[in-house]
Amino acid sequence: MPLCRLPVLAFAAALPFACLAQQETQKEIERYRQLLAEGNPADLFEARGEELWKASRGPKNASLEQCDLGLGPGVVKGAFARMPRYFPDTDRVQDLESRIVTCIVTLQGFKPEEAIKNPFSAPGRPSDLEALASYVAGQSKGMKLAAPLAHPKELEAFRIGEQLFYRRAGPHDFACVSCHGDSGRRIRLQELPKLTDPGDAQKIFTTWPAYRVSQGTVRTMQHRLYDCYWQMRHPQMDYASEASIALEVFMAKYANGGEIRAPALKR
Amino acid sequence: MKRLTFIALAAFAGCASGPSDDEARQRAERVFRESFTHGNRQMAARVEQQDDVQALCTRYRNEPPRDLADRIEAAETADIRYPASGKFLGDWRQGERIAQDGYGLRFTDPDTKRPNGGGCYNCHRIAPAEISYGTLGPSLYRFGALRGAGEPVQRYVYGKIYDSQAFLACSNMPRFGHNGVLTEEQIAHLVALLLDPESPVNK
Repeated sequence: MPLCRLPVLAFAAALPFACLAQQETQKEIERYRQLLAEGNPADLFEARGEELWKASRGPKNASLEQCDLGLGPGVVKGAFARMPRYFPDTDRVQDLESRIVTCIVTLQGFKPEEAIKNPFSAPGRPSDLEALASYVAGQSKGMKLAAPLAHPKELEAFRIGEQLFYRRAGPHDFACVSCHGDSGRRIRLQELPKLTDPGDAQKIFTTWPAYRVSQGTVRTMQHRLYDCYWQMRHPQMDYASEASIALEVFMAKYANGGEIRAPALKR
Repeated sequence: MKRLTFIALAAFAGCASGPSDDEARQRAERVFRESFTHGNRQMAARVEQQDDVQALCTRYRNEPPRDLADRIEAAETADIRYPASGKFLGDWRQGERIAQDGYGLRFTDPDTKRPNGGGCYNCHRIAPAEISYGTLGPSLYRFGALRGAGEPVQRYVYGKIYDSQAFLACSNMPRFGHNGVLTEEQIAHLVALLLDPESPVNK
């Protein structure tokens, strides 16, 4: 498609129609994104998340302020930039959302099944987890992702995530790599990152959680994975499952060094 | 295909850093089974058990060595079921609807009476009026005009949609006929979308 890269005005008359149409579509999409970026509704989710974080709730009537997100109890700033990571107290590798759930259970005394019963909001049914994830992620905005990959369990999670990334299954033979193995491709008009390419991964991995305009809410990385597997004709992925976290560890390795822009804004 | 699996195993020795490939694979399979426990059990069973081709393409990350690729292509070719009627060309208008439609086999698609779609535009440019097309696959615009629409081309296109891996082992494209996603009749409609001189693809 070298023709499509020529300056529009000078060569417009010479361009075939399809090429022009595609270029116009792309230009409109860029303009739409710029307009949106000027007022991101994710701000409201961050604010609600902060209130929830500091509110005394649950059977223990405690707030989440003493939650240890990896940098010690009470430290929220910069914690998301070091996730996912191994946590000695749970003896597991955890991502942002599974760690928030751990704190809801241990500090506030909710049962695990209560803590995860509404991970993804629906119209008229907001999700506390989406708000909490927005708040914590927002506290690392502007920092560079530096997820550790040193503890044996982190290395193991990486290797498992790598296997899963290439694992083809189901009626459509899909794996993650079916859509995320090459740069510059699209599903319909949606561009797809090559997740093993640091350039692509750094730009995209650090944007979740993000406000999805088409869904009218913040969606998290857990939702992104759940939605990918939906499209891949797999069954519903369990929230904060080991496979989801392993995939995040795998992706984070390539995304490390990318600037945290979460909660970002998306179509 | 048992033989294929054996050859693949022998080709993969251990690897550095963390668990070996074999160990990582076994643990990944366990983790996978434990991570899809709340959904539809039948769907879970279908993704837990990879068929031989899925397992091999996973293992070789879609780049099988030539001899293995030859075997996969031969085995998949032998599995293609061509229409009993001998008729490859259906109705391009119905083909266009199937190409647009992404319905089917997702866990939110409970209507088993509604036919599955092909979702072809997700990955391919096809008719020029649709500008919302994906680029994971090649453009199919003017497919018939460029390649002709005779019986050999009809047969090829039917076979490619039925089982893409008969022609390219570990292709990213779903095996729509082989895996029972689309019916023979639906595939014939898609063949017409690409090849019929009256189809907008070739106008």
